[in-house]
Amino acid sequence: MIETELTRCVASFHPGATGVTGAAKLSGGASQETWTFDIVHPNGTIGAILRRAPPGYGAAPGRAAGLDAEATLMQLAHDAGLPSPKVMHVLRPEDGLGRGFIMARVEGETIARKILRDEEFAGARPILARQLGRVIAGIHGLPQAKLPKLRSLTATREIEDLAREYHSFNWPRPVFELALRWLRDHDPGPSSETTLVHGDFRHGNLIIGPDGVRAVLDWELAHTGDPMEDLGWVCVNSWRFGEIDKPVGGFGTREDLFAGYEEAGRKADPERVMFWEVMGTLRWGVMCCGMMQRFRSGPDHSMERAMIGRRASETEIDLLRLLAPRGR
Amino acid sequence: MQDEPTPTELIKAVADFLRSEIAPAIKGHNGFKLRVGINALDLVTRQLALAEAGDATEAARLRQLLGTDGTLMELNRVLSEKIAGGEVDLKTPGLSEHLWQTTLDKLAVDQPNYASYKRELATK
Repeated sequence: MIETELTRCVASFHPGATGVTGAAKLSGGASQETWTFDIVHPNGTIGAILRRAPPGYGAAPGRAAGLDAEATLMQLAHDAGLPSPKVMHVLRPEDGLGRGFIMARVEGETIARKILRDEEFAGARPILARQLGRVIAGIHGLPQAKLPKLRSLTATREIEDLAREYHSFNWPRPVFELALRWLRDHDPGPSSETTLVHGDFRHGNLIIGPDGVRAVLDWELAHTGDPMEDLGWVCVNSWRFGEIDKPVGGFGTREDLFAGYEEAGRKADPERVMFWEVMGTLRWGVMCCGMMQRFRSGPDHSMERAMIGRRASETEIDLLRLLAPRGR
Repeated sequence: MQDEPTPTELIKAVADFLRSEIAPAIKGHNGFKLRVGINALDLVTRQLALAEAGDATEAARLRQLLGTDGTLMELNRVLSEKIAGGEVDLKTPGLSEHLWQTTLDKLAVDQPNYASYKRELATK
């Protein structure tokens, strides 16, 4: 039972804690898990989240920043006053829980359809884009000297990574080829400024309450690079969940996003943001194709993965709407 | 010759049963998975109805565009290479129309409720 290890671990960093209750796995593939649980303490219970690679799993693969880096980034964001959960404990080998960290649980909603449709969030929707602009600016302003070791990426590098992954599927997609060609022809070159990039700033990784954004999660794809990448990714149509006329997450305008970004003392470059929106749309399409590959080769032979493979065509119509709009 | 009912009729009957009799009784994560499963059956039904005609017109357009013949896979490979090499681009007569029609035909099977698709159909 994971509660036994957690009880021992929690007592080591939270004096007076008498145990844990309600441990439940929220999500997890083979190599990474998220658990929710409550820390029992005479002064009241505290909601907590464990994010870990179970014992026996080594460093994170491929693009991932790694759980230690995620913990450092989350704590840096928290210390800078950004909406970010407090990191309570970074796992040590003697905890017997694998690698990872324990953070405070932030209450709120991450499911886009609820955030976009439920009455509860009606007050948050009009203010979110500007708020997120300020938060993204805060992320980009985190002190470089304190950042953990991260991959450094440029537009050119990301185009070639995407092209390589797409070609590995060995399935011709003329619309993806058109997008790759467009990206190579419009590569804006290295950005004038290199900053921390969250890398996956979108619905699902944002905890939203009736008052707006409460926490930014999942720094797995964090890297250093062009700050405009985060602004482009949050505008990708795949994260609008049907509200296609509101480019920022289906709730706001680019103008509000940029205004928030600039209020926090940074400058948005709409042309570069559009470049990254095209890149992001293609990226999600390639990720959908990757899901299909993982479905076919196992071990995750699930219907959900298979059906995500059939969502690649959504990104093809979005790429055509961006690159070859009809009737113009 | 295989007998009736057709694959389409069988899949529709199963999907309708799951949708009306089973789905209301299943909650939580399995309820979500069941909806995904029903969506998959509906997709198969649409593909059985639409793919043959769509593939035929796609192949005809590709033959015209490329001036060569082959399987749909081969033709799409040739077009992909030509786009990658810059030999064919959006200024090439017929390319944009071909990509649009092919993509709309895919969405009609994959996700006919996708908002971008519905918007494009409405403004055609």
